Amino acid sequence: MIRRLALILPLAAFVIFVIIAIGGLGQPQTRQIESRLVGEPVPDFVLEPMSDARPGLSSADLKSGEPVLVNLFGSWCLPCRIEAPQLDRLAEAGATIHAVAIRDEPAAVADFLSRYGDPFAHIGMDPRGRMQIEFGATGVPETYLIDGDGIIRGQWIGEVRENDVAEILAAMEALR
Amino acid sequence: MLAELAHFSLWIAAALALAQALGGEVELRRAGERKALGLLVPAAWAQALLCTLSFGILIWLFAVSDFSVELVASNSHTDKPFLYKLTGAWANHEGSMLLWVAVLAIFGGAAAWRGTALGPRFRVRLIQAMGGISLGFYTYLLVSSNPFLRLDPAPLEGNGLNPLLQDPGLAFHPPLLYVGYVGLSATFAFAIAALIERQVTPAWARAVRPWVLTAWSFLTAGILLGSFWAYYELGWGGWWFWDPVENASLMPWLAATALFHSVGVLATRGSLKNWTILLAVIAFSLSMMGTFIVRSGLLTSVHAFAVDPERGLFLLVLLGIYIGGALTLYAVRASTVAESAPFRPVSREGALVMNNLILSAILGVVFMGTMYPVALEALAGERVSVGPPYYNTALLPLLLVLLLLMAAGPFLKWRQASLKAVGTRLIPALVVGAVLAAVAAAFGMRGVLALVGVALAGWLGAASVMIVAGPKARRLSASSAGTAISHLGVAIMALGIAISSAGSEERTFPLRPGETASIAGFGVRLDGVRPIAGPNYTSLGGQVSIACGDDIFTLRPERRAFVAPMQVTTETDILALLSGNLYAVLGEGGADGRWQVRLHWQPLVALIWIGGMIGALGGAVAAAAGGKRRARERREARA
Repeated sequence: MIRRLALILPLAAFVIFVIIAIGGLGQPQTRQIESRLVGEPVPDFVLEPMSDARPGLSSADLKSGEPVLVNLFGSWCLPCRIEAPQLDRLAEAGATIHAVAIRDEPAAVADFLSRYGDPFAHIGMDPRGRMQIEFGATGVPETYLIDGDGIIRGQWIGEVRENDVAEILAAMEALR
Repeated sequence: MLAELAHFSLWIAAALALAQALGGEVELRRAGERKALGLLVPAAWAQALLCTLSFGILIWLFAVSDFSVELVASNSHTDKPFLYKLTGAWANHEGSMLLWVAVLAIFGGAAAWRGTALGPRFRVRLIQAMGGISLGFYTYLLVSSNPFLRLDPAPLEGNGLNPLLQDPGLAFHPPLLYVGYVGLSATFAFAIAALIERQVTPAWARAVRPWVLTAWSFLTAGILLGSFWAYYELGWGGWWFWDPVENASLMPWLAATALFHSVGVLATRGSLKNWTILLAVIAFSLSMMGTFIVRSGLLTSVHAFAVDPERGLFLLVLLGIYIGGALTLYAVRASTVAESAPFRPVSREGALVMNNLILSAILGVVFMGTMYPVALEALAGERVSVGPPYYNTALLPLLLVLLLLMAAGPFLKWRQASLKAVGTRLIPALVVGAVLAAVAAAFGMRGVLALVGVALAGWLGAASVMIVAGPKARRLSASSAGTAISHLGVAIMALGIAISSAGSEERTFPLRPGETASIAGFGVRLDGVRPIAGPNYTSLGGQVSIACGDDIFTLRPERRAFVAPMQVTTETDILALLSGNLYAVLGEGGADGRWQVRLHWQPLVALIWIGGMIGALGGAVAAAAGGKRRARERREARA
């Protein structure tokens, strides 16, 4: 019986792949903005700075009275390079963006910033990826919108795209 | 006229493929296998000829820049250098799919010609299976990706080729990769024929081995070329990014690697029948899935291919038929394939089983990493990226164990080996590994993992050299020599990976012309930046002087702005020394007259590709050896 099952297993695995692929094709480029943590206050945390030149990030920084963005990124992550120009545009439009560098080295982050642009106010180093769990993130990059009282108001999963910029700015304006 | 002729040839070829798959069955029942072969073999050859003709015409259309053909108009330009006009033929979706079916048809013709070792009935099944595979891809090409559509009126000028693709490395990366991918179709057809005819025998394993090795060698070369291109063209300083498209080519490679190791066990001991067949099915299935993933836009990747869900669905249906069909056949038939007695862990076959277990585990890790984002997006609508930290953590221990065992495998005897005897013979390799690690440490290399990597590379390299240069080298079979060469290649590659990753140094300097900096013991000076006019681009060319001891070298990294289509690319310039590569990238110029000059020192990084190419060469040697041995067997059978 077990032998029989072992023979069918590859077929079963492939059928699952096909089902998933059909699901993926059905909704190829749609993006949902949903999070279990939206509406919850940010958890308490303090992250080390990457260098003396720029402060690290703590939960106190997020309760500034103004809405801010928190970008979870990694210098090793390809989509993070793709979203860099969009983050620059957000910063130019006056948005405050803080960053959490996930499982990263200060030198690698510095290099990433010199190459792909540096729109960040504070950067916290998160060498073990703890903030991913605290923010309920599934991967990198993710961008969170925090209001002046430190409540998470929005979440953008994956790289910020061209057409997200206006949406994010509008959402920030609405919170002021 | 030519485009129509090529298009028509494809339809005829498709009809021939249909005749092979279905007509072969009718003829087999009506007139027997000899008569059927009289029909099938010429059909397979004609198919190969027609496809070659069709692809040849496409290249010609690109060569003469015939913009009345839509594909040429949208992917070429009269200003393009001639070489890239030609390679433009396959640097697009339709053309690359035509290349795919052409290679498939050529392999079909070759299989019809050479697949004689297992009797006429098996040969009929083989040609039928190849025809069946081809048929689906003809349908796809002709219905949804016709490369010969005309434009009326014809435009005076074309759109140009993505400038990133205007590079010799990338020009020949897809054809090599496709020969590898599609070569595995022959293996797949062998597996189908074996399941239908219940001929999963050692003779089958011997017959399929050169096909696997040939495909594997091309696949290896293709992957290496792609990695080399990414290294010096993209300018990111890495040679492997765990990008989904890279993984799509790595997965069939892993399956093929596991396959020819398990084929060895089946050929010699008559064991691992089900497993080998399954690997043969999976290897080509992963090739097709790779193509599907890349072409359907299911995964976002740095390889920006045109995304088309409709084509994706079409390919998915094809996959469902082929892979689903093959796996169903496997589920039904494999249970009836009798297995022979189990074997001992310390033996050649035991080592090969370990190899298969580790390679399967690696394959599993890569598969999970690649598919998890797809699954998550389909089920939860979330997009994530699985990055190198996952792969490095999961794969490193597996790779280290693999290197450790690989050295011992070829020294083990079939059936039962003595651990003690092998241990004694391998003492020199142990010494070489330890000495190499000590030397690396003396040169200032730090990090336990890197040193372990160096030691294992030395251990494997020495063990492989001992086989080719040892006392029994004279009596060495060409296939054992192939194994040793490939393993040596892996050792060299591992050495390159360990040293370059432990010793690499990267800095970005904002420099005004005339200013200096230093990295890894080299003095660096930005001499100046000036505009350059290229054939179809304009460029800002930097000149960077590198002082190394008493020598001065000049590097000329560029930022090229292409006009058609509009795009800026960075051209790195690499100073290749025996001790490593120093490469320079010219970044943005600031308003204050400073240029971002990025320099990256990677010691001995070239060993990665040199080792890889030696590995591919070993595969080719073993494939040729199989051919010679079979020719001898045929002669002896006749005598």
